[in-house]
Parts: sequence; structure tokens; C-alpha cells
Amino acid sequence: MTPGDSTILRFEDVSLHFDTTVALDRVSFEMHPGQTYVVFGAAGSGKTMLLKVAVGLVRPNSGRVWLFGEEITHLREQDLFDMRARVGILFQEGGLFDSLTVAENVAYPLTNQRVLRHAITERSSNGNGAARTVEDRVRESLRFVELEETLDKFPAELSGGMRRRVGIARAVVSEPALLLYDSPTAGLDPITANTIVALILKERDLRNTATIMVTHRYQDGHLMANFRYNPNSGQIERAGGGRDVGQVSTKFLVMNGGRLVFEGTEPELQANQDEYVRKFLRAGGA
Amino acid sequence: MLNLLKPPIEAFQEFVLLSIRAFRNIFRSPHYADDIFIQMDVIGVGSLFIVSLIGLFSGIVMALQMARALTQYGAQGQVGQIVSITLVRELGPVLTAVLVAGRNASGIASELGSMKVTEQIDAMRALGTDPIQKLVTPRLIALAAVLPLLTIISDFIGLTGGYFIASTMLGLTFSEYWTSAWQVLEYNDIAQGLLKPLVFAVIIALVGCFYGMKTTGGTQGVGRSTTSAVVSSSVWIFVLTAFITYVWNRAFAQ
Repeated sequence: MTPGDSTILRFEDVSLHFDTTVALDRVSFEMHPGQTYVVFGAAGSGKTMLLKVAVGLVRPNSGRVWLFGEEITHLREQDLFDMRARVGILFQEGGLFDSLTVAENVAYPLTNQRVLRHAITERSSNGNGAARTVEDRVRESLRFVELEETLDKFPAELSGGMRRRVGIARAVVSEPALLLYDSPTAGLDPITANTIVALILKERDLRNTATIMVTHRYQDGHLMANFRYNPNSGQIERAGGGRDVGQVSTKFLVMNGGRLVFEGTEPELQANQDEYVRKFLRAGGA
Repeated sequence: MLNLLKPPIEAFQEFVLLSIRAFRNIFRSPHYADDIFIQMDVIGVGSLFIVSLIGLFSGIVMALQMARALTQYGAQGQVGQIVSITLVRELGPVLTAVLVAGRNASGIASELGSMKVTEQIDAMRALGTDPIQKLVTPRLIALAAVLPLLTIISDFIGLTGGYFIASTMLGLTFSEYWTSAWQVLEYNDIAQGLLKPLVFAVIIALVGCFYGMKTTGGTQGVGRSTTSAVVSSSVWIFVLTAFITYVWNRAFAQ
């Protein structure tokens, strides 16, 4: 079966192993525009590798991967660069460049991704007065995560939560069609963690971006599935009132030892009797 | 037996692939000129003082050792020749390279290793930059440019150290020492003395980058990579100097 162009991301029987450890074991799923996926799993269950395989940072040993309807399993690195320009990633360790300032970090995709760089120069050379420069977009993106004042600081001068927010700013600056968040709340206190999830919701709901969030906190997934950003009030509020956007489009995946052991909606997750799956529900306590 | 051989062969294969990519990128855009100049500053200017110091003392030691031996035969006038030949052909290139390996192969491995474990290398690839183009090739070019220069400086300062001993302990005049030191050198000595640092530069840069890029296992892993980079590059320097000298002597045997 050839996947239609409507899929954002599609895994078919993807397996990945390093020497003797299995990172992914015959993983298959399909993601459509506007959908949100929340991936739960214990440490070492293959969550991070799932994201890395999705954008071709790691090549699977077997199986096929489609990104935006195009198969990327055997694409050359040079061609992958152009595909990745349409994806934003927040790495677990932040992945901010120590040697660059916050502004340079956030500007990095715009100045280094070939497609994005060309788009910007083209727009400005067309004499389009409304064209936004790299600097405008960096400011806008940092304003989005409420860190505009840190422009000239270095990542090392920021707190863990602030670094995570700069990472989000860098991920969203290119206005990608797909956003991947690798454990965005790991190691943060609950209040900061909720701020981060609120930012993720805000980005998702303002631009209707397809989002995959890897986490071990059930509460993060619960927020993603049941809350949305209201642009009028600027607040996060419970989704509902006949137009239950969140519930319909949010799916949960649970991974164990590289295998996908659950895929479904939140009510299905809550009803699941598997001991491993239930562990995540209990841990969150939401 | 096969299982024992597999990891080193795989590592060597990875090293060769990295080297090919790094060299190929020299002729491909984008070029990161800024990074090249920064690395030249860090490696070249940064190593200048220590390289000069070691050069000076190696010249002094050579002259001191030779002074005793040569005096026995009444040939103290030849100290300049001996210091000059040994420094330019062998000691200058090797000592400079070993120092730079200790200082910069470790620096490169730890910097790239830290970037690897904090996912900065992955981030680079995710954001449209080839890490080999951005990190490895500039270091390779910078080292290849500055190590021969450092070696020349070290040779010259070593000869000056030799002159200091020759004039104070052996009573040689300025022109006696420098004329013999200068005249004994042939073009092929100088060529050999400049080819070696060029080869060593490639080894230091690629070995440092290789261990840095394949770092795993957090901060401990960075420590391991750094140690391996210094040990491997130093060993390779000695192996290659023996090889080059052998081949050179065969080719230019008088």
C-alpha cells in the first residue's frame, strides 16, 4: 500500500538495534496533519530513537519511514536536510550550541537550512516590504517563549527551564509542519514543567502543528489531550463544549523494550488493563 | 578470534570514512572560514609559547649532550651541524606534534565529545548542517596550516638554544655556529622536516575528531575519548615518523 500524501509521518515495521540492544522492534504507526501523539515509555524503551528515526538522524535496520509522504529510509543526508527544514525538534539535552548566543541559536535554522535561507533572501529581494528578517523572526520566536530579554546571553547562563524554552523557540522559529519534543519536562519542577507544556499547546493550537511529545509524565499527555490554547484570552483552557478538538486528535503510544505496546485515545488508555501501561497512569496521578 | 578483530576493524573503517568525508568537504561548499580562523588561533597562537619553550630546551639539551661527546674528538665545531640536522629532520616535527597532540587532540576530542553527549551534533544535523563540514574540516585545515609553521618556529628557537650553549660552553662564534648549522641542511632535509608536520597535523585533527564524534556514555565517555585521542595520536606520530624516515632514506639514499 502506498501511503497517501495526507500522512505527515508513517512508520512501517521499523526495527533498529545496536549490537545486542533492541531500540525499536517492528514499530508501525501513521500520523496525519493536525494530530498530536503522546509517547510514553520507561527509560531505554526506544522513545528517543523513535524521534531520531522519524527525521533520519538514525537509519533503521529494517522497515520503512515516510515523512510528509516521501520515503526517507534511503535518502542521502543532503536531501534529508531539506526535509528536516520542515520539522522542529526539541532535544532532551536541549541541544543548544554552547558557543553561540541565544539569538544565534534561535537564528541557526534560518541561516543554515538551505530552503529556509533561500526563502528569506527571495522574499526580501522581491522588495516585499512586509517580509520579516531573520532578526524579526528570532525576536518573535523568543517573545513566544517569553524570553526576549535573553537575546545576547549564552545558554550556560540560563536555568534548565529557560534553556528548554530557548530550545522550543529554536524549534518553532522555522514554522515547521511537524514538531517533535523529546522529554520536554524531564528534570524540571512541576511548575516549570507545566509552563513548558503550555507553550507546546500554544504552538500546536495557534498554528495547528502536528506534534509528537515523548514523555514519562502522564500529566503532560493528559494536558495535551484535554486542554487547548485560547488565543482570545491567551490562556490554556479545558477543551470541550461540543467541539472537543483535543480528545479527537490526540493519540497515545506506549513503548516497552522497543515495541509499541499500546496505541489509542486517552479513554482507551485509561481502560487498558496491561500492567506496564497502567504504570504510567498511576505515576501521573492526574 | 573473529569477534576480537571486529571492533578494531569497524573502528578503522569508521575512521577512514570520516577522513574521506573530511577531505572531500575541503572542496565543497559551504565553507566555514570563521571556524577555520578560530581554530588556527586556538591551536596555532595558543600553542606558540609552549612549543617555543620546548623547542628552546630541546636545542639546549642536544647541544649539551653533543658538546661532551664532540669535545672528546676535538670536533666541537660541528655542534651546530648536529643540532641542526636532528632538530630539522626529527626532533622539531615530532616534539611539536606530540605537544600539539597533547594540547589539541584532547581539546578537540573533549569539545566534540561534549557536543555529542549533549546532542548538539544531532541538533546540527537536524538544523541542516553537516557536522563534518562544520566541525571536522575546519580543524583539519587549521592544523595542516599551523603545525608546519609551529615546527619551523620550534626548529629555529631550538637552534638558538644550541647556539647559546655553543657560545657559552664551547666558545664558538656566531658565524662558526650558524654557518655550519645552515650549510649542513639540504633541501631534502627541509622537505622532510615540513612533510612530517603536515602528516602529523592530519593525524591529530582526524584522530581528535574521530574520538570526539563517537563519544557515548555522558561525561565519563568524554573523559575516555579524550584519553584515547591523545594516546592514539601520539602513538601514530611515532609510528609515522619512523615510516616516513625509512621511506625517505630509501628514496634519497646517497
